[in-house]
Amino acid sequence: MLKPHSLWNLFSTFFRIGAFTFGGGYAMIPLIQKEMVEENGWISDDDILEIVAIAESTPGPIAINAATFIGYRLNRFWGSFFSTLGVVLPSFIVILLISYLLRGFADIPVVQNAFFGIRAGVLALIFKAFFTMLKKCPKNLLSYLIVAGAFIATVVFDFHILLIIISCGIVGLIASLGAARREKQ
Amino acid sequence: MILLSLFLTFFQIGAFTFGGGYAMIPLIQSEVLARNWLTEETLINFIAVSESTPGPFAINIATYIGSELGGVLGSACATLGVVLPSFLIILLVARFFEKFKENPIVSGCMSGLKPAVIGLIGSAVLSIGQTVFFPTGVALSVLYELRTYVSLGIAILMTVLAFRKVHPIAIILISALLGILAGIWV
Repeated sequence: MLKPHSLWNLFSTFFRIGAFTFGGGYAMIPLIQKEMVEENGWISDDDILEIVAIAESTPGPIAINAATFIGYRLNRFWGSFFSTLGVVLPSFIVILLISYLLRGFADIPVVQNAFFGIRAGVLALIFKAFFTMLKKCPKNLLSYLIVAGAFIATVVFDFHILLIIISCGIVGLIASLGAARREKQ
Repeated sequence: MILLSLFLTFFQIGAFTFGGGYAMIPLIQSEVLARNWLTEETLINFIAVSESTPGPFAINIATYIGSELGGVLGSACATLGVVLPSFLIILLVARFFEKFKENPIVSGCMSGLKPAVIGLIGSAVLSIGQTVFFPTGVALSVLYELRTYVSLGIAILMTVLAFRKVHPIAIILISALLGILAGIWV
């Protein structure tokens, strides 16, 4: 257990991290590392690896996982509460302002044309993300089958996404328990 | 009623997104479109704004959709919903982390979830592509529309830039500019 830190410090540090990360997710890790490890020495580099490992195996946004986990390590419940509040607040305020602003301008032709272009750009971004994830996919037959199965289940059969997520989790669990049992024998 | 509905929907989205960021898009798409909260076109606009403003994508998109449907309170409910599952689960995990890390059940499930998310994002690409290229429904008549070729041109150019590691914000700004220029000339 690390020594307790002031809640205001945790809040303001995570507020900064939330305000200066674009895209969220892993983009946040280097900033967390700089603020938490290098400048404050609150956690170690090993802790950062732990946080990434946890974020990858629990649901939800990585930013929230990381803020809650670090906050808890430093100051238990209230630590995690103020860290999470800090990381959420900048987004919340900025988007709230933008949403009111854009609603006022939504019918202007220039804004509509800009979004016409932007939609094509977003398609490119998501396609790139898909391709990058596909390259990082574990190289084995089962993983490829699950990728294809999840794709076909939504596109062709229009299955509910939650159903697909849950069944793929179960398939992965059965396969890895089976592999562990075979290894034992 | 919309407030409760926003909270519960985003709670569910937060609880079942693994990997964060883009992994959330397929779930948001299916939930928001199934409830007729937004058109797919508007949703893609929202995704673009959430992608190019600071902070975690999940929070941005939850706040944005919440604000559109229920004002300040709506955005508070949606954001609280998307944050709460992570927050509660991490509180539990932080206590039992050593056991959690080596748990074969957790790692087994994850070995199936990771590839599933990839397949789901693949299908999101397809459905967003459909909205971009066939905004009025899938029909060959789009071939006679100049807009289709402008979209196609922007999408191809931006894909090239994305693979050359141009920052997503730059890509969204350039596409906005191209969209405005196309609107002037076309």
